[in-house]
Amino acid sequence: MTTVDMTPATNKTTPTNPRRRVYRPNTKYIPILATLTLLLVMYFTGVANYDNFGQPSVVVNLFRDNAVLLVVAVGMTFVIITGGIDLSVGAVISMTTTLTATLLHAGWPPLVVLPLVLLLGSLLGMGMGAVIHFFKVEPFIATLAGLFLARGIALFINQNSIPIRDKFWKTLSEYRIVLADGVVTKVTSVTAVVVVLLAALVLAWTRFGRNVYAVGGNADSALLMGLPVGRTKIAVYTLSGFCAALGGVLFSINSTSGWALQGQGLELDAIAACVIGGVLLTGGSGYVFGSLLGVLVYGLIQTIITFQGDLNAAWTRIIIGLLLFGFIVLQRVVTRKAR
Amino acid sequence: MTILKNRLFWPAVILLALLVVNMFTSNQFITVRDGHLFGTLPDILRGAAPLLLVALGMTLVIATGGIDLSVGSVMAISGAVACLLISHLGDQSAIGSVLLIVAVAIGASLLLGLWNGTLVAGVGIQPIIATLILMVAGRGVAQLITDGQIINVQSSPYAAMATGHFLALPIAFLIAVAAIVLVTLLTRRTALGMLLESVGGSPTASRLAGIRAKRITVMVYVVCGGFAGLAGLIYSANIKSADSISAGNLIELDAILAVVIGGTALVGGRFSIAGTVIGAVLIQTLGVTVVAVGVPSKATLLFKAVIVVALCLSQSATFRQKVFGRFRPSRPAVAAEVPA
Repeated sequence: MTTVDMTPATNKTTPTNPRRRVYRPNTKYIPILATLTLLLVMYFTGVANYDNFGQPSVVVNLFRDNAVLLVVAVGMTFVIITGGIDLSVGAVISMTTTLTATLLHAGWPPLVVLPLVLLLGSLLGMGMGAVIHFFKVEPFIATLAGLFLARGIALFINQNSIPIRDKFWKTLSEYRIVLADGVVTKVTSVTAVVVVLLAALVLAWTRFGRNVYAVGGNADSALLMGLPVGRTKIAVYTLSGFCAALGGVLFSINSTSGWALQGQGLELDAIAACVIGGVLLTGGSGYVFGSLLGVLVYGLIQTIITFQGDLNAAWTRIIIGLLLFGFIVLQRVVTRKAR
Repeated sequence: MTILKNRLFWPAVILLALLVVNMFTSNQFITVRDGHLFGTLPDILRGAAPLLLVALGMTLVIATGGIDLSVGSVMAISGAVACLLISHLGDQSAIGSVLLIVAVAIGASLLLGLWNGTLVAGVGIQPIIATLILMVAGRGVAQLITDGQIINVQSSPYAAMATGHFLALPIAFLIAVAAIVLVTLLTRRTALGMLLESVGGSPTASRLAGIRAKRITVMVYVVCGGFAGLAGLIYSANIKSADSISAGNLIELDAILAVVIGGTALVGGRFSIAGTVIGAVLIQTLGVTVVAVGVPSKATLLFKAVIVVALCLSQSATFRQKVFGRFRPSRPAVAAEVPA
């Protein structure tokens, strides 16, 4: 009896193993694939319902209109994968645009202003990372203090909108890159795409990227494995601060102005975009391309609402909320199955 | 030594310092006029009422390890519901109808809290994201209710909620005090507080120990929604209108800050209502003081940020040990217990 029982048991286990190996990556990618599917469904619904929706410029403009959110969401992705959160990004944007506009107004050379504001954003991020790591202040609170600080600085510099008349900035703002016949894009969207590609490479292929996942998976295990947990944590907040500052620069190029109330609530948009793109807030899982898809979903919702024309701002919020709800429930179901 | 180690020591000192500053800068710190208390101190207490209520609900939510970002939107919705219904009344000053409408608005807020609680406990979504949904969508709902307009009401009983006096004290403050007393009694004189902390410590262990962890989680979100709704009513009663854009805008951050200043850890597992009260009054006093001492309005937020950074660092045991530790003989770091 026993021998008869044992043979089919061993026979059964051998064919299932390779099968599992084939299916396992799929579970990992399901949140992203679901987002991609929904994005395509939304896009083709738009194409079917509205004239001119199918034109390539609609897609290209998605990147132009959401360049800032895209760059910020990339930084946020790194932070969230380590299990943290960065609430300060919107305020860093406002600080950057205000500072940029003020310095350019004062006649500083643009090639000094640009690295300076990027450095400042990174330093603020690094400071928050250091407080989080060394003093064990919770990320939520430390970056909330960062939010108050950055927006406080912005308001202190100037409460009003400051126009930028600098030639370099104007040129960047007005420069058009022709992709195809009748399809043009701006410097800002190209920058955003480059940032996404670079970040995806760093996260997937470098030692730093692996550390980010390891810290988010379990910081204690990572520490016991000898990984530089503190350095990684500080680095992701620095990166997020840099991305937010870059977002601010793109904002100032897009609008050729600086305003201290710019980017209010953008941190939650970025977090939502990451979550839609399948980045888990518990940390340890997610992809830069997921966040890219999340931002595109966000942008496409707004595009559809613009094309629809008769939907007001109230409905925009409600629909975004509903879509967010749908995604999170889906994600929840998927992660439950994966376990 | 022990009083110095208490987590509430520094927030309390800062609060007292701010109040003392106010005592000297304001020309009327506290006076009696027409049998009511007037001056800066009663103004602070009256103005702190919405934040106190929201922070109180937030304390309970955070005690279970959650967070509620939707309180601002709930405030906007409850104010919008109340003002819309009152504006349709024939006699806007009829006390019975206004009370009924207040009950309806709070009921709506409780339902919104139930939605949050169901998402967190039932579906198992992380609290920050589950409540983010209502935070984004809720303000849209409030805008739909008011049709994008600001609804003005001329109802004296409704306005009395924010500006009226009872026994010489502002009614708004009394509402907040009643809520604080109620919550303190329920959590510290019954087993409820311990159950909350147990769920915050570990939902699974609590469930295995026979606590209905899910029911408790849902309950705290419902209570938090209710308090946010009440705060929204006081806010809208104060300006006698429903403003769906600015009602409760960013109050979630202030409320979370108040809770953290009060020594409640965001990871859950313990909470201090006294701390939250100190935190909320401190934030309100800070706002008043900044104006009173003549800090230019453009520096208000920067001033607040500096205080917040100092507070957060003073709360970090590691920071105190690293900065002040070298002046003292080293001793094992023991987490300071927060008295109820």
